[in-house]
Amino acid sequence: MANKNVNPLQEVQELGFALVELNLYLDTHPEDANALAVFNDLTTCYATARSNYEAQYGPLINFGTSGPASSWAWIQEPWPWQV
Amino acid sequence: MWLYEKRLEYPVKVSKLDPQMAMYLYTQFGGPNGELGAAVRYLSQRYTMPTGRGKGVLTDIGTEELAHWEMIATMIFKLTQGATIAQIKASGYGGHYAIWDSGIFPSDSNGVPFTTAYINTTGDPVADLHEDMAAEQKARVTYENLIKLTDDVDLQDGLKFLRQREVVHFQRFGETLNYVQGYMDSKKVF
Repeated sequence: MANKNVNPLQEVQELGFALVELNLYLDTHPEDANALAVFNDLTTCYATARSNYEAQYGPLINFGTSGPASSWAWIQEPWPWQV
Repeated sequence: MWLYEKRLEYPVKVSKLDPQMAMYLYTQFGGPNGELGAAVRYLSQRYTMPTGRGKGVLTDIGTEELAHWEMIATMIFKLTQGATIAQIKASGYGGHYAIWDSGIFPSDSNGVPFTTAYINTTGDPVADLHEDMAAEQKARVTYENLIKLTDDVDLQDGLKFLRQREVVHFQRFGETLNYVQGYMDSKKVF
């Protein structure tokens, strides 16, 4: 699950991409219970990775999905094309 | 409703400024086989797709295409940021600069502005899904061309990711076409 040697952004990107891929697969194979089980495991890992990243760098998702904010870090640079 | 996640789907790295390559990459930002066209096509077709599966596939792939559109913009940004006028004139970027300055404008690699004439939405799922499969193949070919047009290994990594996604999307659209055709056959009354 969480790998302390991987940087927080990379971990979010790797888990996030695996979930995109699985989501598309499940869209056309909704009866695949194994894939669903992997998807469910990854959602837990992904939530942890996102929290870990957000603790250091601020919210990942807008409009309240990343939860309450102690300051308006959402607008802070760098934005993704500056990284 | 759309949310935005403040990160790239996959990292974009370039090893040097290259406004010439940025100009070539515009075809995937605002050209006929590009990511904006793909996103608008799928997100427009989704409303008339039969079955939840059809709507899900078109929504999810369309959404992913917007993330790819962002990656292409990032490549263009990194390849042109801080380029001098001399560098811009020496590359093929001068024509773009004259009109759009350092702005990243949805055009193709020849500066032709993006148009929804590149896409279709017929409301007929068999027609729409065949167009989607063709679009993914054309995008794959375009990425192969772009990979050949650069020797920047870092940039190629991002382009190879995007190429591979086209292959997977083609697969998913094919599966959806089979399913939708089966569904429509089962609704026939003789």
